[in-house]
Amino acid sequence: MNIIVCLKQVFATDARIKIAPDGKTVSEEQIEWIMSPYDEFALEEALRIREAKSGKITALTLGPERCTTMLRSAFALGVDAAVHLKDPLFDNLDALAVARVLAEAIRKIPHDLVLFGKQGVGVDQGLVQSMVAELLGLPLANIVTKLSVEADKVRCLREVDGGSEWVECGLPAIVSAQKGLNDPRIANLKGIMAAKKKPIDVWNAQSLGVTADSIGASTLTHDSYVLPPPRKAGKVLQGTAEDTAQQLVSLLRNEAKII
Amino acid sequence: MGKTFLIYIETKDSKARKSSIEALCAARRVAGDSTAAAVVIGQCDDASSLAQYGVSAVYTVNAPSTAGFSSDLHAAAVAAAADKVKPDFIGGSATVLGRELFGRLSARLGRTAAMDCIEMKWDGGLKLVRPVYSGKALATVSFQGEAPHLFTLRPNVFPADAPAAGLSCALTPLDVSLDATKATSRVVEVLRGAAGELDVAEAQVVISGGRGMKGHENFDVLRKLVAVIPNAALGASRAAVDSGWIDHSHQVGQTGKVVSPQLYIACGISGAIQHLAGMSSSKCIVAVNKDPEAPIFKLADYGIVGDLFEVVPKLVEEFKKLLAQ
Ligand SMILES: Cc1cc2nc3c(=O)[nH]c(=O)nc-3n(C[C@H](O)[C@H](O)[C@H](O)COP(=O)(O)OP(=O)(O)OC[C@H]3O[C@@H](n4cnc5c(N)ncnc54)[C@H](O)[C@@H]3O)c2cc1C
Ligand SMILES: Nc1ncnc2c1ncn2[C@@H]1O[C@H](COP(=O)(O)O)[C@@H](O)[C@H]1O
Repeated sequence: MNIIVCLKQVFATDARIKIAPDGKTVSEEQIEWIMSPYDEFALEEALRIREAKSGKITALTLGPERCTTMLRSAFALGVDAAVHLKDPLFDNLDALAVARVLAEAIRKIPHDLVLFGKQGVGVDQGLVQSMVAELLGLPLANIVTKLSVEADKVRCLREVDGGSEWVECGLPAIVSAQKGLNDPRIANLKGIMAAKKKPIDVWNAQSLGVTADSIGASTLTHDSYVLPPPRKAGKVLQGTAEDTAQQLVSLLRNEAKII
Repeated sequence: MGKTFLIYIETKDSKARKSSIEALCAARRVAGDSTAAAVVIGQCDDASSLAQYGVSAVYTVNAPSTAGFSSDLHAAAVAAAADKVKPDFIGGSATVLGRELFGRLSARLGRTAAMDCIEMKWDGGLKLVRPVYSGKALATVSFQGEAPHLFTLRPNVFPADAPAAGLSCALTPLDVSLDATKATSRVVEVLRGAAGELDVAEAQVVISGGRGMKGHENFDVLRKLVAVIPNAALGASRAAVDSGWIDHSHQVGQTGKVVSPQLYIACGISGAIQHLAGMSSSKCIVAVNKDPEAPIFKLADYGIVGDLFEVVPKLVEEFKKLLAQ
């Protein structure tokens, strides 16, 4: 079983967001970078499938130099190979461009299963996996909390609004991981030491055979970023549980006009 | 740039979803003198009543009812519909299935969709605002290049207009054929959430419990409050979910759902940055916490410092009284 896991490096979830002086980007100063939390579930699932079925896992990321640390962590956890898509041409791509480049790379790596996170924490789009599925003509089981691999298909429990559904997809397939899929392991010291010596394959635009033209220009422009207006602290209600409950309900009706 | 819209109507139990109607109304308002049309795929019993929201046309695509939702087929159908209707914008709701569909549609049409937007207006072109970093910042985006452009709107943020009663319209079937045998994924079993339970992302009121709930069974205290308030749903912090007290589908926050209800009541939740990211765009926030220093009070409109196990049962009584009036 050949598995590719797509990993995205994102801001740590406790990051305080600052807007860059140009007002058109979010500042990356003093940001701690992590593997997107949902991608951790994808990676763990790959490890478990390999343990059950044997096979090879390739970690795949597109991003600048800093992503090396994330690929090292993936090695420490036990992936067999890592491919880093790195090129000045790949800076500041939108979701579709990222999907086009990833799809090109996926074509070049043998795969039965391609695992994604359900969304990259931060931009929170959850677009790339469905774009890649469309570009490669592959089935997608999105937002999955249970996964079983059978001879020529996967059976997945996917989340939908207000419930869940079991879906089946023939292989090769794309699956995106939701929290609940598994409980990711933590790397041990031996793994961390061994990871330092593992070779990362770096592919640039030329080796991948993509150009600015084939990636395409973005049709979506970010005009500005702002911080949401701060909420002001409101009233703290005083009295017994009964008093405060009465006050609250009356304020919700008469002041906030909500109920 | 033209201003015509085609809105994808998602169905649930063969009825148009409320969030799709919200998107349709939002498009109708921005379209002004231009048109907003709807496209429905598969069985939708109330399709002709979409006329009540001022649509110019309701296009329908036949789909075999056995197919379930397969985003590849639906994306192909919407793309084919767009090819015939030639709208400037294709929109929908950022539901779970809507996101998947618009991802595939983006790749098909070669245009990145603006996802999960919370504001939409016309200012020399279509401008949309989308929260990033779970609402810790807001990005204003616009489109470039040839139509059609794609967007999805966050459920529960845009008001649906009151339907103009009695209006209905003829449906316009589109000659698009969907071959269910070509679907790459197949739904084999549908599991509903607990009967009658509303999803946090769609509720008008969300009542959430955190570590302060202290146990699985205590969530019943909150369920009683959920039961007396119309359109209310049960939410939770990650601490409560990770303790195994409640399913992850209830989690609110940066790695859970982002909600914007009219009213959010946080009970026994401290207000960690990852939780706030999921609920700080709620219209009105109430916090019940026994620690007066809890960070949640910094953004709550109304705070009650006290034991939730005393306060919440009183709230149940007071809400009952008020709503009975
Ligand atoms: C990568 C990552 C992602 C995360 N994503 C999320 C997310 O999506 N959503 C999320 O919620 N968190 C998330 N977190 C976790 C977050 O950092 C906090 O740990 C979590 O929100 C704390 O939950 P809590 O407020 O319920 O618990 P606590 O912080 O322990 O707070 C419990 C509160 O209950 C109060 N309390 C106790 N007993 C009572 C009582 N009887 N009556 C009234 N009040 C009482 C206490 O005073 C306290 O303020 C994430 C963390 C990380 C690292
Ligand atoms: N730059 C990237 N490199 C590798 N994988 C990515 C990248 N961007 C997105 N992904 C994958 O696509 C998923 C969804 O990302 P997004 O559409 O950005 O929310 C992530 O969880 C990753 O698995």
